[in-house]
Amino acid sequence: MFDLDLWREIFQSINKNRTRSLLSGFTVAFAILLFTILFGIANGLQNTFEQEFVDTASNSIFIMSGQTSIASEGLQAGRKIQFKNEDYDYIKEEFSDKVEFITSRVFKSVNASYKNEKNSYSLIAVHPDYQFVEKNIIKEGRYINQNDIENRTKVIVIGRLVEEDLFINESSIGKYINLNGIQYKVVGTFMDEGGDDEERIIYMPLTTAQHLYGNNDYIDQMNLTYSPDLNYEQALGFSNLLTRKLKSRFSVANDDQRGIRVFNMAEATQQVDQMTLGLTVIILVIGFGTLIAGIVGISNIMIFIVKERTKEIGIRKALGATPRSIVSIILIESILITAIAGYVGLLIGVGVLELIGSGLEVYFITNPGVNNSLVFGATITLVLAGALAGYLPAQKASQIKPIVALRND
Amino acid sequence: MLQIKKLHKSYPIGNTSLHVLKGIDLSVEEGEMVAIMGSSGSGKSTLLNIIGMLDEADSGEYILDGLLIKNLTEKKAAVYRNKFLGFIFQSFNLINYKNALENVALPLYYQGLKRKERQELAMFHLEKVGLTNWAHHLPKELSGGQKQRVAIARALAANPKLLLADEPTGALDSTTSHEIMAFIQQLNDEGKTILMVTHEEDIANMCKRIVRLRDGIIIEDKKINQIRAGQHV
Repeated sequence: MFDLDLWREIFQSINKNRTRSLLSGFTVAFAILLFTILFGIANGLQNTFEQEFVDTASNSIFIMSGQTSIASEGLQAGRKIQFKNEDYDYIKEEFSDKVEFITSRVFKSVNASYKNEKNSYSLIAVHPDYQFVEKNIIKEGRYINQNDIENRTKVIVIGRLVEEDLFINESSIGKYINLNGIQYKVVGTFMDEGGDDEERIIYMPLTTAQHLYGNNDYIDQMNLTYSPDLNYEQALGFSNLLTRKLKSRFSVANDDQRGIRVFNMAEATQQVDQMTLGLTVIILVIGFGTLIAGIVGISNIMIFIVKERTKEIGIRKALGATPRSIVSIILIESILITAIAGYVGLLIGVGVLELIGSGLEVYFITNPGVNNSLVFGATITLVLAGALAGYLPAQKASQIKPIVALRND
Repeated sequence: MLQIKKLHKSYPIGNTSLHVLKGIDLSVEEGEMVAIMGSSGSGKSTLLNIIGMLDEADSGEYILDGLLIKNLTEKKAAVYRNKFLGFIFQSFNLINYKNALENVALPLYYQGLKRKERQELAMFHLEKVGLTNWAHHLPKELSGGQKQRVAIARALAANPKLLLADEPTGALDSTTSHEIMAFIQQLNDEGKTILMVTHEEDIANMCKRIVRLRDGIIIEDKKINQIRAGQHV
């Protein structure tokens, strides 16, 4: 039932008592504003953590070699460990039930040129599985395939930004790029969520690079992902076993930390998960704290408003107002103010986040933003709290004898 | 119009209670203009508040226009107040953020009248108290006498059977007091029943009947020859 006169009364009361309206509005708006901004920033922190680790599969294991630091089996310390293709084959064979994808890597730095455009990029020579280990997304064309590996084809897959740099306004697929004096055909372009650096990379078949740059079968690094069926403990057990086997294969002492290094992302992932959990708890504490502060604030103001209006209530009662009409006029007024103020606070908060959000990446805050339903929930909570905090004293005030209310100066 | 029998009222003060009204018997006919007098603490305001349904008696009988007023729900009391009674207070009790016209229209709002009718009726009553030109002024922009006239217009707006005035001239200087009294007398001449609490002899003498209270009982109840307020002005 829409009562135009009731709304007129309410709007007049709001309009003519601006200080009071602004005060209660400000409390709610400010609480929601703080809530939005704090939540947004916390979310931004969380986004940063997630993004830092999203570009590489979380079940990755990196295998790197270096110089031995401890003498072992009659061999001196300081010996350089070099992986070769046979080691790649060994791991693939030995752990076939646990390995999901595996790739070798050879790193080079190249000067690339196409027509008049020149630039230097990192070149990584890989196996086809690398696409899944690194989570590359094919934009156009294809990735390195087994045929490339077997035939040492002179093809490359380039990152999105490489294409943007060298091929101005044209497609790179099928074109030839000159890398350090040798022509390579571009067969595909890729994207990566890991940021710009990850999209300024050129991939080449491993065997091609081995053949052209040194004519050997050396490998700089091996990456693999383990089967997703393995749980955290099993994954750690797997990487430990892998480490031991490789160390004995290369006659590296078991306590040598440098000869062969195996890095399991599961450990890092575990830490990130814990960090994220901690962050979530902090977010919740902040959110509830802000809400409670807002609830206390609006409750105080509502109690004060009813006190202030006691005399008006007495006058209205003397003129024939029913208790119900008094309660409803106070309640609707407070709900109206808090709802509008809450919405304003939300808009300002989101606006502030939009405005400063992109400038915060230096502080590890990426895309600060809030879940709309969450903030609406918070606003509704405040509105309800204000309504309840207003209802109780309004109900009481509507029941007091008019004469008592009239005496209240 | 109004019959009161053996009315008692006491207020709790700490652990004891203060017996304010100790058995009041009073009957007022239609068209009367009665002054209730007494020193402070005599119970005169309490009596007026009970008559005005702003307060409730502990025991006794109160019949207003043939209706027994007892154990009223808040809602019923609100309806009766609106229908039967008009109030004039010493401190005017206007709503400070509403202008004169809106204040006068407020009881009509609670009667459920349409906005247009309210405005017209309120304007009519404002005209009656001579404040047409002040209709859109806020109470703080009006003088004391003007405020009281707005309050009178408001009390009249709902066309009540009984007009209750609690020290209507208490906050006004004597010239303004007499103006207001002249106006109230005029209303009485037109047939309104008026009940007024005052402690000023000269104001009481402008009524047609004086009821004196002392310590919660009526010590004197006499009809007098009304002094017209106009003679003083």
